[in-house]
Amino acid sequence: MVAAMKRTLAEKVWDRHVVRRATGEPDLLYIDLHLIHEVTSPQAFEGLRLARRRVRRPDLTLATMDHNVPTTPATPVDDISLKQMEAMARNAREFGIRLYPMGAPEQGIVHVISPQLGLTEPGMTIVCGDSHTATHGAFGAIAFGIGTSEVEHVLATQTLWAGRPGTMAVTVEGALPRGVWAKDVILGIIARIGVSGGVGAVIEYRGSAIRGLSMEGRMTICNMSIEAGARAGMIAPDDVTFAYVEKRKHAPKGAEWERALDDWRALPTDAGAHHDREVRIDASKLRPYVSWGTNPAQTVTIDERVPDPDALEPALREAAGRALRYMDLTPGTPIRDIAVDAVFLGSCTNARIEDLRVAGDVVRGRRVRAGVRALVVPGSMLVKAQAEREGLDRLFRDAGFEWRDAGCSMCLGMNPDILGPGERCASTSNRNFEGRQGPGGRTHLVSPAVAAATAIAGHFALPEDLA
Amino acid sequence: MRAVQRVVGRALPLDRANVDTDQIIPAHWLKRIERTGYGAGLFEAWRRDPAFVMNDLRYAGASILIAGANFGSGSSREHAVWALDEAGFSAVIAPRLAEIFRANCLKSGLVPVELAADEVTKLLGLVHDDPRIEITIDVERRTVEAPGLRATFALDDHAHVRLLEGLDDIAVTLAHADEITAYEAQRAAWLPSLRD
Repeated sequence: MVAAMKRTLAEKVWDRHVVRRATGEPDLLYIDLHLIHEVTSPQAFEGLRLARRRVRRPDLTLATMDHNVPTTPATPVDDISLKQMEAMARNAREFGIRLYPMGAPEQGIVHVISPQLGLTEPGMTIVCGDSHTATHGAFGAIAFGIGTSEVEHVLATQTLWAGRPGTMAVTVEGALPRGVWAKDVILGIIARIGVSGGVGAVIEYRGSAIRGLSMEGRMTICNMSIEAGARAGMIAPDDVTFAYVEKRKHAPKGAEWERALDDWRALPTDAGAHHDREVRIDASKLRPYVSWGTNPAQTVTIDERVPDPDALEPALREAAGRALRYMDLTPGTPIRDIAVDAVFLGSCTNARIEDLRVAGDVVRGRRVRAGVRALVVPGSMLVKAQAEREGLDRLFRDAGFEWRDAGCSMCLGMNPDILGPGERCASTSNRNFEGRQGPGGRTHLVSPAVAAATAIAGHFALPEDLA
Repeated sequence: MRAVQRVVGRALPLDRANVDTDQIIPAHWLKRIERTGYGAGLFEAWRRDPAFVMNDLRYAGASILIAGANFGSGSSREHAVWALDEAGFSAVIAPRLAEIFRANCLKSGLVPVELAADEVTKLLGLVHDDPRIEITIDVERRTVEAPGLRATFALDDHAHVRLLEGLDDIAVTLAHADEITAYEAQRAAWLPSLRD
């Protein structure tokens, strides 16, 4: 009986949020925090209006504008984007929801600002109409993306119908080699398990290499769980987590903080609890990764060459051939020989202060290669302000980077920051799908360190490759 | 949501795995504030290729999309479902649908059908051989029938009833409002609130 009560982190967090459980139904799950942005919410609010419904818990709902905002003050907002931003402002006002709009000091990518404000805490359920909501799992929360109808459902009921997910452990043991960052760890994991490797499960990332990461590194890992097909990704909260959360704006204070800590310390997976699946990865074997194809599992290490589709297993060949045609790459080309037109340092994956510090160190005293367009788009205006206090903006500007305001920007090409057809980009974002950064654009996923070195070299490079 | 008991029609064979929602509806279409106006954006980039299967007139008017595994992966955008719906599709058949996409289908009444890989391969073959064949998806019985093929698909009872009856999901949930209120009464006081 005792053995049956041993539970994983995901199971503990899930079970404590079940409002209703009945045979033949998914669970009715309570949502502790609902994050909203301008792109996937207008139709949800319109649905509420038509049905004369209210927002059940505006106090558990936070809105910002991130997906289509321009990232330079000089850029005019197109009429359709403006309409969407105006709708967000009107809906927030009408339904009593806190909004950090364009121009607010707290504005930024929704998955960057919530942790910064202390709204993301261990043991919570967090949803957003955005698939990278898994980012918040880094705190030991269950966090996942939903569609617009579900956004409307959460607004009206503060709950969701959802089947209890399976559990999967990805254990990364050992020391990360120098120059290997959180981004390389998650790209390495996806390369190993594939874009469907996490289907149906919440992945728990664990092991000494994960415990050794900062909260920002952990967010980078959990962020890309969806790229492995997982429902969500999580990391057990520990002292690193608590130190990050403590004293932030919305963190519990005083006696409440102590009570919260007691609760959070009971969240990690029980010894002997069972995960449905486990994958073990040797951290010492990881290297900096560069994607070559059009899905996030199509990656190799920077020391390798563009693969020959015929050398891959049969099931992967056709897609690999199509990807190489789209990417205009020739099998056998060394990754370091591939020249880029653009470098994008940004997104909810890699635009936090530590990412900017790592990249800033690489570009210090150097110049972006002539002909390469290089952008830094901080994840939030708070990140931007902190970077400017540290002088990172000077480093980037002096090197020839554009220094922008916060937003999703060139990760998904909804604002004017897009690639032209055929342009090739080293990007710290999360998706290398066809056209993701602009129609016909070609995306290679990399870490901030590789992105920075690539901007200087003009082709894929590590910081130590630079003269 | 509209009720759907069955889908009968011809199919479009899209024999690719991992079709992501950026392909189904590119991001620049997501700036609209309405639920309509996405049909013309469906597979916008791929449709520029004359050889793309959607440009094959033999498949014009298809109401069932048959695709490879992991269809609808990537972004959570429900606009992908709205675009398919507007372009005349009432069901998607694949060996596996990406989870958020599948959930979005169920909210809009686009029937999500997951069949075994060999069954999908067989269906694709049938449609390639004769684009005019009629496929019947019976939601009530959870079956797919085509000439020479009969298969069953999984749909939990909860989703099944909602599809068949076209229930307003939120109204169903609000019938449990007392349970939600009771849950809220015992939530920890330290949980974050925007009122703070």
